[in-house]
Order: sequence, then C-alpha cells, then structure tokens
Amino acid sequence: MAFHKITITINDELEQVVVPSNMTLMRMLRETQALTGTKNGCSAGECGACTVLMNGEPVNSCMILAVECDGGVITTVEGLAHDRQLDPIQEAIIEAGGVQCGFCTPGILISSRALLNRNPNPSDEDIREALVGNLCRCTGYMRIVEAVKKAAGMKIVAAPIPMPSD
Amino acid sequence: MAQANITNISSPVGESKPRIDAREKVTGAAIYTDDLQFGNALLYARIKRSPHPHALIKKIDVTKAQVLPGVKAVVTGEDFPGYIGLYLQDRFIFCRDRVRYVGDPVAGVAAISEEIAQNALDLIEVEYEVLEPVLDPEFGASPEAPALHPDLGQYVVAGFIFPEAGTNISNHFKLRKGDVDGAWEKCAAVIERSYRIPHIQHVPLEPHIAISRVDEKGEVTLWTSSQSPFAQRNLIAQSLGLSQSDMRVISPVVGGGFGGKAGVSMEALAVAIAMKVKGHPVKLRLTREEEFYTAFVRQGLVAHFKMGCDETGRLLAMENRFYWDGGAYTEYGVNIARAAGYSCTGPYEVPNVKGDSYCVYTNHPVGGPMRGFGMPEMHAGLEQCMDELALQIGMDAVDFRKLNCLKTDSILATGGRIHPIGLVECIEKVSEAIEWGKKAPPSAPNKRRGKGLAAMWKAPAMPPNAGSSAWVELAEDGKVNVGIGGQDLGQGSFTISAQMAAATLGVPYEWVRVAAPVDTRYSPYEWQTVASRLTWSMGNAIVNAARDVRRQVLDLVSEAWEETPDGLDIVNGVVISYKSEKETPLKNLVIYGLPKPDGSGWRGGPIIGRGNFMPNDVTGLDAETGQGEHGVVHYTTGAQAVELEVDLDTGQIEIIKGVAAFDVGKAINPEMVKAQMEGGLVQGLSSALFEQLQLKDGFVQNPSLVDYRIATSTDIPREMKSIIVEVPQDDGPWGARGIGEHSMVPTLPAIANAIYDAIGIRFDGPPFTAEKVYLAMLDAGTFGK
Repeated sequence: MAFHKITITINDELEQVVVPSNMTLMRMLRETQALTGTKNGCSAGECGACTVLMNGEPVNSCMILAVECDGGVITTVEGLAHDRQLDPIQEAIIEAGGVQCGFCTPGILISSRALLNRNPNPSDEDIREALVGNLCRCTGYMRIVEAVKKAAGMKIVAAPIPMPSD
Repeated sequence: MAQANITNISSPVGESKPRIDAREKVTGAAIYTDDLQFGNALLYARIKRSPHPHALIKKIDVTKAQVLPGVKAVVTGEDFPGYIGLYLQDRFIFCRDRVRYVGDPVAGVAAISEEIAQNALDLIEVEYEVLEPVLDPEFGASPEAPALHPDLGQYVVAGFIFPEAGTNISNHFKLRKGDVDGAWEKCAAVIERSYRIPHIQHVPLEPHIAISRVDEKGEVTLWTSSQSPFAQRNLIAQSLGLSQSDMRVISPVVGGGFGGKAGVSMEALAVAIAMKVKGHPVKLRLTREEEFYTAFVRQGLVAHFKMGCDETGRLLAMENRFYWDGGAYTEYGVNIARAAGYSCTGPYEVPNVKGDSYCVYTNHPVGGPMRGFGMPEMHAGLEQCMDELALQIGMDAVDFRKLNCLKTDSILATGGRIHPIGLVECIEKVSEAIEWGKKAPPSAPNKRRGKGLAAMWKAPAMPPNAGSSAWVELAEDGKVNVGIGGQDLGQGSFTISAQMAAATLGVPYEWVRVAAPVDTRYSPYEWQTVASRLTWSMGNAIVNAARDVRRQVLDLVSEAWEETPDGLDIVNGVVISYKSEKETPLKNLVIYGLPKPDGSGWRGGPIIGRGNFMPNDVTGLDAETGQGEHGVVHYTTGAQAVELEVDLDTGQIEIIKGVAAFDVGKAINPEMVKAQMEGGLVQGLSSALFEQLQLKDGFVQNPSLVDYRIATSTDIPREMKSIIVEVPQDDGPWGARGIGEHSMVPTLPAIANAIYDAIGIRFDGPPFTAEKVYLAMLDAGTFGK
C-alpha cells in the first residue's frame, strides 16, 4: 500500500496528514483527525450522513479519497460553530425541533449551509431539493425544512466558510 | 420568598422544552458507538454467512483462515452450544448443524483490520447439504411443509407463547368471542379480503454495531447501539453461561432504532468472538448491505379478513386469520403474532370474533419488532375493509368508524372494558382538518385527487411484569442527576425524563441532567426501550424517585425548622415554608444535611431517591379463547387522514396533505409529541409508497439504499398537521401514555383509501409504486374516464 503526505485545511486549521492511497476522506476525518461528527451510514454515497464541504461544495466524504483533497479546504460539522457561537442553521434546527436521533444531522447541517451559501433565500422547493441526498428516518423532514428557512433569515456571526482562493 | 420566586412558577411538564441533547447532536460532539476510541488493541470482526436459505452444515474447515497473517481468532458454532432467544430460545449464536436463512452466521473472524477479517472469510470452507426452503408463511403453517425446527417442542418458551411442536408454527394466538358462525346471516353486508404485506427494513441511519471485550477475570463488556441493554445482558449472559452481573452493556447515543436494535440480533456475535481473544476489544459493524438481510426485518404478513355489519352499520362479526412470515428464528415474532391476535378487531367494538394469528418459521430473514409491532401491517388491511364495508352498507366511512369505534368503557373482544379514550375526538379532528367530504379539483387535467382516513389502536406488547427503575441525586449546587436505564433513540425520552423529574422535585428543567450513556453497571434497570412504554412506565419510576428525594428533603427540613412537612414545599430549587415563610435552597442541605436545632449535631446526609414501577394488574389471556380481564396495560388510539393526487400519465402518487390526531393522555412535551406524529406519518408514507424487501428464493434482491428506497425530503406532504388529544391515563404520569410507534400505524391504509377515492382501485398490498399504480390503471381502463 502506497502512502501519501497531503496538505489540507480542515475547519480552518492547516494539517499535514499521511494517508494510504485507498483511505477515504470520511475515514481520514474519523480515524486520523478524531472528527467523528462526520457519520458513516452506508460507505456507498447513498445516505448523506458523511456530507462535508470540500472547497465550499457538499460532497459525500465516503466517496472521495483523502489523496484527492490535497491542497483542499474541508469543513465538517465540527467547523460550523465558531468560538462556541453556533451557526444559524445549528440554532435553527434546535429551535425547530429538527433533531431526533441526530445521526443524519451533521450531513443535513452541512448540506443546508451549502445551500444557504449559494442561495440566501431558498424556497421550500429549493430546500427539499438541496436535502434530497440526505436521508433522515426520524423526523419526516418537515422541521428540518423549517429550520433552513428560519436560518435563512438569521445572520452568520461565525466567519464565512473559507474557499481555497481566500 | 425572594429566592423561590413563587409568583413565577410554571411546571416543566406540558411545555415544549428544547431537547436535552440537542447541542451535542448539532455540533458533532455526540458520541455514538462507532465514535468510541479503543486504541491499538482493537480487533475487527467479520461474519461468514450462509449462502443458502436452508441447508445442513456437513463440515466447516477454518484451518486456512486461522493461519492468515493478522487473524487472531476464528470461531464457529462448536464453541458456543447455548441457545438464545427472548420469548422462545430457538437459535444458536453461530449455526451448529443447520442454516435457515441467507445470512445466517456460520463462523466469525477477528483480525487486526477489517480487510484481513473479510479476506479470512473466503478461506473458511463450509460444506452444505442444501435443503428445500419454506418461503411462504401460509404454506409453512400447513402439514405439508418440512419442519424447519425439528426441536421446537424442546425449546424454552415464555408462558404466554404457544408453539406447536412438529410444525413451523412458533405461536398460535386464538381469540374467540360470541358466535361468529351464527352472526353472518344477521349481517346486511359482509366482505372478505386478503392482503399481502411485504417485509420491510427499519433503516436506521446508524447501522448495527457492537464492540466487546472480555477481561482476564472473564467479565464481559459490550458497547453497542441498543434499545435493550438490560435484555442483552440477560440473554447473552444466559446463552454463554455467564452470570448476568459479570456482563456489562454500555449503550452510547443511538442513531435510530425503530425496533431494529431491540433484543439481541448481532450483538452476541461480537461477545462470542471476544471471548476467544481476551483483553482485545472486538468491533463488529454491519455493512449497509448486511443491515438489510441480517438485521431484524419487519416480518411479512398474509392476512385474511371477513367482517360484516347490520343494516344500521353496526359491526356484528369478524373472522380474521393472520400468517406472519416470522423467518428463520423468532426473537419477537411470536409476540407480534400475539399482539396482532388480541388486537385483531382494530379499535372497534365487535360482539362476535374469531381471530387466529400464527407466527410461522420460514427460510426468510429473521422477523423482529418494528415501529408499531404488527399494528401497521394488520391495520393496512383492516382499515381498508372498514372503508369497503361502509361503502357497501351505504354509510360515510367517517360516520361508520365513529359508530363502531371504542368509546370509554366499551367492551373489548378479549373481555374487560377499555379505559377512558378519545378516539372519537381523534377521528373528528382529522376529518375536520382534512375537510372530509369536500372534493378539491386536481391541480392538472391529468391528475386525480382523493382523500382517505384510517383509525388505529395499539397496546404496549410486553410481558405482564416488564419493569422500570430510576434514581435521582443532587450535587453540591443543588442540581439534579437522573439515572435511568431507558434509551433515547431520538424520540426524546431523556428530555421528558428531565422534565418529569424537574416538575416532581420543584426545580427548573435546566437544572436536570440525565446520566448517560446507559450502562448496566451504573444505570438502574429498565426492561427495554420498546413498546412505546417509557413515557408511561419509566416516567412513573422517575416520578417515584423524585418524590422519594422530595420526601427526604422535606422530612429533614421539617425537623430542622420544627415544622410539619405538609406546610413545606420545594419551588424553583428552594425549600420554603408557607407557614413560617422560611426558605433555604436545596444546595444548602442535599449533601451536607442540616444542623439540629439544639446544636447537638447534624441530620441528614447525601440525598438519593429511588423509584420503580411495574404494572401489577395485567392478567393472562386464555390459551384457547384469548379471554382475560386486563390483558394489556392500556391502548393508545388515534387517526390519520391524507389528501393525495395520482398522476394518470405516470402512476405517481403525491401526498399533498397529511393530518394526524392521537390521544396521548397528556403531552409531556407537546412539540416532541408532534415530531413523533410527523416522523411516523412519513415513515408510514414511505412503507406505503416505496418500501419492500424484494425476496426471491430466500435472497434479498435490493440490499442497498439505492435499490431499497425510503422517503426523502422531496417525498413528504406539502402540509402536515398534528393534533394532540388528551384523555388522561389513570396510571400514567400526569395522565400520559405512549405515542412513538402509533404514528405510523394508520398511514398506509389512509393512503390506500385515498387512492381508491382518487382512481377507484384497490391493491392487495403495498408498496403503491408508480409502476404498480400505472399498470393497475391500465388494467382497469381508468384512462379516458
């Protein structure tokens, strides 16, 4: 097995990580960075529980090799809050009651943040479309959709998600 | 009274407090079982599984696997001869002589990596003699079927389960009331219908996972995502010949259960393997594919209904036969058959009843409990029959249900009377919310619109003596720690536990923590987190424990202040006297006690309260007639209605509106109750429109989230409304009874009834996929009408 040294920004921290060629981004985050907020629901890109932002775009981290992220910028659920100040989408999902077992929640939050970054005023339809790749078995989605709408009207106190060009 | 601020008291019960675990869950800090860190000693397990639905094991050769570098242990059924099972001990941890479903565990490997463990499986050679499988429950119950469990007559079985030795019938529940045969001729309308309800999967987002370590003393620890830490301790210890107290189960945050993580499914495998590699934690994590065919499935059902009513619409008779496809083994299936048997009339008063509910062994995946415990499957047919019978007698379906449904004190088919219930109100509320009787025009010319409604009932299906316990203690700051053994699967049991403890004790909700994770060494006993029983049963235990603290506090203070306890109260965390107007915060006394009035020493000491609860009035049900005065603790009832559109060009169904009303006795946390109603409705919708384990010759054809589709954010109704009805339960905390499972029970038949309203077509079973609906419309010549 070949190993690679990659440089990667994870939640605003620049990291150098040695990874085997076949290690997925999900496993790298969970197993080498102790960022276990990113969840493994299927390892097949089907459930969305492992969604993270890669260079600002939501991706299933189980379908991306860590080596592909060399030089990239990753945001996980642990990187949404800054200085204990929750991201509006985190506040809103608590308020709306959109969390039950919580296993899909990290992926839902990341997909929602990505949506709000590119569309600050999404319609119901936009929100449902943006979350179609994030399965939730508990909530029935309604309160999650409400939370995204609520968050759209709230100001981000935290620093904006950095892009590779920043 | 400055500190107590008694002018500003609001009880935390009945308020929609935010989830106690919300912040951890939204920041990624919540620790689930797979997030636990075990260091370098950790080994990974994989399971060699049967490729045949039914075969005899002739020979297992593990020698090649054992010598693969990195492999630490290979185990087979030879190593673990004990039977295991909750109600019926009918299986081994690893198969010994026979495999009974595709996926049955034959051998296990522990290795230094998951990859090596997986590679070792290919080196295990198993010789089988393939046998004819049984793949249909009705055939399985017949004398022609080969007996899949020749030793059925010798298995250890709970007293209320009735297996028939020499057959595949693992339980036969009989309900006999009145004179069914004589009633038919008095009926003005009679219908007979049959339905096939397919197997489905729970699909929790978190797959099953278990990590086990056996220490040098032989004491076993199991970390697992679990609804039943205590039942697992009991059953696994029993099977492996351990003492229960030498087995410790720790269950971190659970990523969804829906019944699939109740009892013992894969957890014993991890423990058994760990026993061969002492000192090493061994992790077994099901892949999503394994999740579909080796974890419990919701068992299939073949249901036959016959029912009739007189010319006024009053139900006179029902004759129902259920064949449950229990699969290869039956952890819960036997009790699902029992629950469906005694509930087979649905929430209706019927004077003449004959019910037969069979749990049948087949060579399909193992049937287990799933949200509703047989009720969604049974109501799927029953509630369509109610619509059809109403139509036949010329009555409106809502009026027909209101006429026949159970009201307070109605006589049950099992004998005895029902406690106060608000079912009529639930039916009225949903029919109002869906604007029953008003037909809205479809949104496009190629669409047809329809409305449908269904009612339901469900009792907690459990042994008569399933118990709960709790403790409550306080810290130096006067804040509260509540110990419970029930699990939070997402339904919010930790949150309402804190609410109930706070309300009983007289402290703010924010002062209460719940001692998690559940750990059988430190947490108080709880039978299982199943049956929608925690709010009621564990809630009572918490109230009792908090009252115990309260009594100790007030006794102590009354002595110190030389007053009687009945003039004292605890308000906002401060003990007050209404008489002397003295007050002292809890923190002043709950650890260090109080000085005696005469200065001669101290009284009290660290305060800890204990409480338990167990129903004490549940009677058995007669083996031949199903009759008994008080067969279950209570029933939760409710109704749902939907409005939908069918696309004539594609067969696609869109649920436009879904409404629900359930009589929960008392909503401890109203928004969380509504969240259960919404989540259940969407899970019910998903089972109605999309879900089916495609079984062919015993093989699951669609074990992935792509081929087995569950509802996504784009499938949900545009509008959902949840209505809480509160007719108090006399023995529930604040009158509460359960709601978790009930919310998916009536959804499927409500949708089926709405489809009929839209296009005039009925199906003998779900899922009502676009393809199925389109082809049925083609057959029926719906187009051009």
